[in-house]
Amino acid sequence: MTSLILRTATRFLLPLLVLFSLFLLVRGHHEPGGGFSGGLVAAAAFVLYGLAFGIAEVRKALPLDPRTLIGSGLLIAVTSTTFSLFAGQPLMTSLWWKVAIPGFGDLDLGTPLLFDLGVYLAVAGVTLLIILPLAEE
Amino acid sequence: MTVAILSGFVLALLAPTLQRVADRRAGWALALLPLILSLYFATFLKAIGSGEVFHARHEWVPSLGIHLSFTLDGLSLLFALLINGMGVLVLVYAGGYMAGHPELGRLYAFLLMFMASMLGLVLADSLLVLFVFWELTSFSSYLLIGFDHDRADARAAALRALLVTGGGGLALMAGLLLLGQAGGSLELSSLTTQADTLREHPLATPALLLILVGAFTKSAQFPFHFWLPSAMEAPTPISAYLHSATMVKAGVYLLSRLSPVFAGSDVWIGTLTVVGGLTMLMGGWLALLQSDLKRILAYSTVSALGTLTMFLGIGGPLAVQAAMAFLLGHALYKGALFLVAGAVDHETGTRDVDRLSGLRRAMPFTALAAGISALSMAGLPPLFGFIAKELSYEATLGAAWSTCVTTAAVVTNILLVAAAGVVGLRPFLGQTLPTPKPAHEAPLSLLLGPLTLSVVSIASGLIPAMGVNELLSAASTSVLGQPADIDLALWHGVTPALGLSAITLLGGVGVFASRGLVRKSASCCGRVSSWGPAGWYELALRRMNGLAVGQTQLLQSGYLRYYLMMTVAATVGLTGYALLGRGTPATAWNWFDVKFYEVGLVALMLLATLGALLLKSRLAAVASLGVVGYCVSLVFVLYGAPDLAMTQFLVETLTVILFVLVFYHLPESRIVSETSARWRDAVLALVTGVLMTALVLVGTPENYPPISEYFVEHSVTRGHGRNIVNVILVDFRGLDTLGEITVLSVAAVGVHALLKLRRRSDSGSETSVAGPAPVEAAGMLTQKTPMGELHQEDRDAGDDRRGSSPIREGDKP
Repeated sequence: MTSLILRTATRFLLPLLVLFSLFLLVRGHHEPGGGFSGGLVAAAAFVLYGLAFGIAEVRKALPLDPRTLIGSGLLIAVTSTTFSLFAGQPLMTSLWWKVAIPGFGDLDLGTPLLFDLGVYLAVAGVTLLIILPLAEE
Repeated sequence: MTVAILSGFVLALLAPTLQRVADRRAGWALALLPLILSLYFATFLKAIGSGEVFHARHEWVPSLGIHLSFTLDGLSLLFALLINGMGVLVLVYAGGYMAGHPELGRLYAFLLMFMASMLGLVLADSLLVLFVFWELTSFSSYLLIGFDHDRADARAAALRALLVTGGGGLALMAGLLLLGQAGGSLELSSLTTQADTLREHPLATPALLLILVGAFTKSAQFPFHFWLPSAMEAPTPISAYLHSATMVKAGVYLLSRLSPVFAGSDVWIGTLTVVGGLTMLMGGWLALLQSDLKRILAYSTVSALGTLTMFLGIGGPLAVQAAMAFLLGHALYKGALFLVAGAVDHETGTRDVDRLSGLRRAMPFTALAAGISALSMAGLPPLFGFIAKELSYEATLGAAWSTCVTTAAVVTNILLVAAAGVVGLRPFLGQTLPTPKPAHEAPLSLLLGPLTLSVVSIASGLIPAMGVNELLSAASTSVLGQPADIDLALWHGVTPALGLSAITLLGGVGVFASRGLVRKSASCCGRVSSWGPAGWYELALRRMNGLAVGQTQLLQSGYLRYYLMMTVAATVGLTGYALLGRGTPATAWNWFDVKFYEVGLVALMLLATLGALLLKSRLAAVASLGVVGYCVSLVFVLYGAPDLAMTQFLVETLTVILFVLVFYHLPESRIVSETSARWRDAVLALVTGVLMTALVLVGTPENYPPISEYFVEHSVTRGHGRNIVNVILVDFRGLDTLGEITVLSVAAVGVHALLKLRRRSDSGSETSVAGPAPVEAAGMLTQKTPMGELHQEDRDAGDDRRGSSPIREGDKP
């Protein structure tokens, strides 16, 4: 596909979509969104980029190989479930901290966010790992 | 106590290294641990003799009431001493017997692991702990029996032992859990105190029967006895340890341990007495028919285990005391005889009794130990075997059906006297026969075991007051659940038991003298015995494998469409069954509530569905499917599920892209499936649709109260989030999500491997595509499946399209 419009638009859309996917990930705890949809959006962004520029470009643009994405996603998700062990709680108990940010207020940070990040990475990795080789032909 | 158990496991880990460092002295060094443990346990003798019981308890899963709890009482002490005492001798013996064997370190490790498991088993108080160690003994004995793993016979014997005892272990687990449920506790110590109420519980009999299966398989009772003789494939030190003093007695231990709970119930008495008696007789008879030293000993062990089971079944102070005395006596002489058999094998190169004779000249010390042990086995004074036999006769005379039981015992003992003669006397007396290796005396490491055991046999026979009395009294006390005091003595005066002993001895000598005749006449009816439990085992194993192959071929056909069909059909079948079975009423609805845009949406959906079915162009069909998906996500939007809508929308998008990419590689659409197959699929699809509709109609809040209340209530307070869906995903049901992403990842890796494989074979042999090992392996795997065949065929067809694809529709006639 060599549409100039698509190429030009995608050049801007890719970073925006990735940003949007991160936005979905972070807002997911309170508003619609979350790691799963965020991961899918991120993957879709890269697939769109691939449609415009070819898969080789996607591989260059990707910060990590899809396989590494999957691995790190699983690792982060699993690790996040173990923190509670150190606090003397059963596995997978979520822990929360209040972080005070000057001029902003209190921020609720918890291990589920980290878990969601793992989901995000794994989902994005899985989607790309399947789609990229198919599109590469 | 816990340290005592764990130390064995730790040392097992270190054993191979130690073996490399210390080489020939490793056996001696490793034997220090069981020696120390023996002494450690011996220090408890006084206190336990006076009725004390020691407990050790650690929290394990406190929320489920499971504790890592151990108890040391008389019974445990008897077994602990046997296990460790034999452990010392066997480790030293193994060092001499297997000297120079390249995998000696591993043998030590397995032996120690087994020892520690056995120790844990006899000390466990919690039923679950007991079960864990029980399985560990099965597992480590599998490793030990199959130690010569390059011989097919050894592997088969190990597998047989594992399957029989492991199968029994499953029954045991169920039985123990039932018992725990009936008694409301998993701790043996508290179960035994409420034996009376427990016995009345409706679950008590099923629990007992299941536990008996476990105990009978482990202790080689008829009809599970066949694994034990074939386990003689193991090197002799292992046979001596596992099959004389320890592993096979685990079942007897369990029966003894549960005796306070169950003894006296009809099922207990009936089953144990009959099965034990049968095993006892059969073992004795079969022992006589063998000519291999180890097999004779194996069958006589089966017989001894039967005797023990029978006595526990008879119950009462006399029988239990007899059982405990016999247990000790048997461990002493049988251990020694096994070790002697090994020494003879080691020094002469054969274990065939018909080729061994006159070894007393070449192997005087071995002969001495063998003679003493054989006489103890035959039950001659002043050896401990005599005391045990006197006690057993007293017990059988006092039992119900005493004529029957006593006759069986006498016949068995006559057979065993003859067997003792064959094993312990025949090879050493008479003319010297040439042996494969010129016979010479065994080294110290091989002599230590048999000689020590013989000395103990004599000592405990002559002066039983020196600890043995106390030990056996304490053990009987534990088994009976009430104080028992044994006073062992060689001379009881002229009693009926003494008369029976004399008959036994005379009969035994007679059978020994005419054993050639016995064996010859038995070989005539050998055909009958070949159709025994061992044959059933083979048959069951073949059938099971056949079943596995059959159902795998049916379910794992390798064709995607069949997988899909199976999955859908199973879901529909099970859900439909549940739905119809309950007969839940459908909720009536009001047609006037339907909004006009909803009608429009549904119409669009139906149109798109028809399009997906009927359109000839594949891309158009995929697009139609996409429309259906987007409509569904609109439905989610309309009914207030934005999260679902968004996810559905994204998934739908990516699915369409995926479809397009895949179909791009596939040949033109053509109808390849038969009409009947299409009808079948249509019916299945319709049924699925009907079922889903029914589910939606039935699954209303009136019929099934929603489960979301908890989540709604706690989402903010506990989950710190207002988006309930996400809180459920990452917190309340985080484990599910973790599972899902793991499955996704595995699936992706699988797809990746398939795609890589395709590219490799496309580019032929000159391929330089980086093919890491996992991909290679996946390729080898898939090539055997029908998918692989299909793939091959495609390549042969060599059509002009873009090569082949392992994930094409795969519809071939």
